[in-house]
Amino acid sequence: MSSVDVAVKTRNSMRATDITDPNYFHKVVDCQWACPTHTPVPEYIRLVAQGRYTDAYMLNWESNVFPGILGRTCDRPCEPACRRGRLEDKPVAICRLKRVAADYRGDVSGLLPKIPKKKNGKRIALLGAGPASLTVARDLMPLGYSCVLFEKDPRGGGLMRTNIPSFRLPEKVINEEVDMILDMGVEARFGHEVTSLKSILDEGFDGVFVGTGAPRGKDLNIPGREEAAKNIHIGIDWLTSVAFEHVKKIGKRVVVIGGGNTAMDCCRSAIRLGGKDVRVTVRSPRADMKASDWEIEDAEREGIPIFDNHQPSEFIVENGKLAGVKFARMSAEYDKDGRRKLIPTGEELIFECDDVLMAIGQDNAFPWIERDIGLEFGEWDMPVVDKTTMMSTRAGVFFGGDAGWGPENIIWAVAHGHQAAISIDLYCSGQSLTASRPAPGISLVSQKMGLHEWSYANDYSEDSRVAVPHVATKKSLKNLKVEVELGYDVKLALEEAERCLNCDVQTVFVRNLCIECDACVDICPVDCINFTANGEEQDLRQSLRVPAVNEEQDLYISDQLKTGRIMAKDEDLCLHCGLCAERCPTGAWDMQKFTYVERQANPAGQVNCMAYIS
Amino acid sequence: MTYMKKPNVRHPGLRKNELGLTRRDYEGLVSTLCAGCGHDSISAAIIEACFELDLPAHRLAKLSGIGCSSKTPTYFLNRSHGFNSVHGRMPSIATGANLANRDLIYLGVSGDGDTASIGLGQFCHAMRRRVNMIYIVENNGTYGLTKGQFSATSDRVSKSKKGEANLFEAIDLCTLAIHLGAGFVARGFSGDKNHLVPLIKAAFRYNGFAFIDIVSPCVTFNDHEDSTKSYDYVRAHNEAMDRLDLVPEREEITAQAEEGQTTTVRMHDGSLMRLHKLDDSYDPRDSESALTTLRKRYAKGQVVTGLLHIDDQDTDLHKLLGTTSQPLNAVPMSELCPGNAELAKINKGFR
Repeated sequence: MSSVDVAVKTRNSMRATDITDPNYFHKVVDCQWACPTHTPVPEYIRLVAQGRYTDAYMLNWESNVFPGILGRTCDRPCEPACRRGRLEDKPVAICRLKRVAADYRGDVSGLLPKIPKKKNGKRIALLGAGPASLTVARDLMPLGYSCVLFEKDPRGGGLMRTNIPSFRLPEKVINEEVDMILDMGVEARFGHEVTSLKSILDEGFDGVFVGTGAPRGKDLNIPGREEAAKNIHIGIDWLTSVAFEHVKKIGKRVVVIGGGNTAMDCCRSAIRLGGKDVRVTVRSPRADMKASDWEIEDAEREGIPIFDNHQPSEFIVENGKLAGVKFARMSAEYDKDGRRKLIPTGEELIFECDDVLMAIGQDNAFPWIERDIGLEFGEWDMPVVDKTTMMSTRAGVFFGGDAGWGPENIIWAVAHGHQAAISIDLYCSGQSLTASRPAPGISLVSQKMGLHEWSYANDYSEDSRVAVPHVATKKSLKNLKVEVELGYDVKLALEEAERCLNCDVQTVFVRNLCIECDACVDICPVDCINFTANGEEQDLRQSLRVPAVNEEQDLYISDQLKTGRIMAKDEDLCLHCGLCAERCPTGAWDMQKFTYVERQANPAGQVNCMAYIS
Repeated sequence: MTYMKKPNVRHPGLRKNELGLTRRDYEGLVSTLCAGCGHDSISAAIIEACFELDLPAHRLAKLSGIGCSSKTPTYFLNRSHGFNSVHGRMPSIATGANLANRDLIYLGVSGDGDTASIGLGQFCHAMRRRVNMIYIVENNGTYGLTKGQFSATSDRVSKSKKGEANLFEAIDLCTLAIHLGAGFVARGFSGDKNHLVPLIKAAFRYNGFAFIDIVSPCVTFNDHEDSTKSYDYVRAHNEAMDRLDLVPEREEITAQAEEGQTTTVRMHDGSLMRLHKLDDSYDPRDSESALTTLRKRYAKGQVVTGLLHIDDQDTDLHKLLGTTSQPLNAVPMSELCPGNAELAKINKGFR
């Protein structure tokens, strides 16, 4: 190598990557990194591909507790993160592959953690029977804790049961996964609304977990609200009434106000309960709607129109009854910082209707928590909660899910539940909630099986995302309980699973084996490997074969090689195909499976996740 | 070798050239050579050079003989013409093809066995005839395909993988090429693409016989401690004489190079080749001085790389023979075959 090619190493040159840092490779597994519970996504997708549905289910269950429910309803932060989505337009259908594991699994009763007959003498109160509390119970019951669950509704599941309509999530699925936990011996007090935290504390529990969600739907105080109250419904309350079959029909003309996922559930439920002219109205432009794209798609597929830039200004009352909603047309303007301002255009219009469903957001509500028990409240009248330990300012009282953090989603509630369970266990055994928290387990194992054999399917599938089959809309609109999505069959699931890039199988570079022959550079289909002079990160990113413009993705940097250059790999679009390792004559590149396990309170309950962790 | 197909998917941010093509559009099949073979790097350098020169692949013909090196045209430019000839006979095929269709770009790819042993005579004559082509020798100093015997370019001091001594002197192909009148003679190293790609680009722009001897380590048989063609040896003994810049015609030259340090050569297509010399002990336009430098450096065990010799008199076989300016497939049949009467006239001239 001639010396002119290698610039003098500057002081601000990049340092070699420390791959023993658990976060480095974890970040490369975009889906797992994005998942609040850090479910090992590529691993379960491989199990689905192998037809090992029960194993795939258990791996999920250990990590996210409700695979069947989440496989239908998860907010799927993993999918926008999926590397495949950056290579082509659509990510792997991770969520629906989870459902496949749940749909085709065998009997798992023998695989669930054993519950000790002899209890450890500690009693824990769980307030609210939603995903956060149920997760705490699942993590603590196998350790010998006695859990007492308080719930105002007659059945467990929280918003999973009350707010998600059964055409998206059949009752049977909820029952199975909720019962798995209740059957561990949880003492459930259904129909018991807690009206005083003090009274619970007085019962002398060793720990209290508040997982009561964000149960108050926001209201809209505009003219006509009180006069028309009979036909104006708060979305989440109305959905609850539908779930418990207290409401079985709605007027022919329905206006839904709001653009989030609750609004989508409301409009789709309304059209199944007698609504003929159901409209969704949003005050913001469509692009800013909070609902997930796929939920908007589902509503539109059922023929429900969405009117954006419509701000409700008045409920029209005729003869003491709701007759319509008056809207002001809005127009969005953005200032130079990108902040949005909605400006009325001056145009007004009226949608006539029989009923209104309001789905404009949810609030937390803690009228039942006394303010003199050492539990501090902060901004927005939310309890002050430590975001790591989940403990409030009163020792022994923990919060999680929407109750602790404001409206989020199921998977976040589960993640909080795991952390709270760790804290409760540490708290009850007198250990530090911070210093004693268990570190994640990681391992890195070569996947080389032979000269050109790898233990994973490294062939790149060029297929596009496989659509999930639906029942005929005509049929599903007739019956609230008919599940719209049929789920993948085994063949479709296999096809979709093959789209996964196996991002957990990492490209590991060993500097002193490299002879700088460039074989890896030349073979890499996405030009992510470079041998170049070191430099400052910004300069280096620009100087690569394809500039590394996605700064959310790291550069994998080696120490100096013989010629004075470094290896710099842009992790952004790596296919994890292993061609670099195949072409490397010295084994300087190897494909190694990275396993990352977020520890829980009960390590014995993570046997599937821990399979590769020593 | 790799059994896996290289996926068609590519980086969405991949640069496009003037033709709207990416580097990947110049690729061929996945190589079946040993992993880490220097030849694969040369294929990649050819791909890079063609991409950067905006060459339309269908205007190029790849020709080769027999050997590991001669397999490589399958691994690049799969939209180009190709001819895989009998061992050592690529120069004849190239000469014939070039005479028939002077409009194509001819790229010959050969190895040290194909060129310096069985094909030495053919190689010599193509050079003295100044066939307008690029002739690349992927020189690994060993017969890799037959399990690592010494080749005619193995250095006297080099040993085989098993430690046997080499009895014979090496043929230095660059020296031979300068002697026989090749107008563009260069040496590159497969392990240094930054230096190699500009050499290949300049060779594509040269009108006449352009020869590049590329040292290309054989990872399987000739990459050991006692080899003079290993990655380590070449890196330790590489003496780059110059660095090349090819300035396309459409670009203005802005920076003025220092006098005496830079030689500028105008190529036949109007582009300029700028040679930044790192060693001013010789002049690449003076073949005598180039030969002396090569000999002296070789005696010191150095591997001299760079553009060693250039003759900018712009002559090729067509000019020497005074052939028609059109490719034969574009000459009307009436001219191409003037008929019996004309033949009789010609024959009469010989009686």
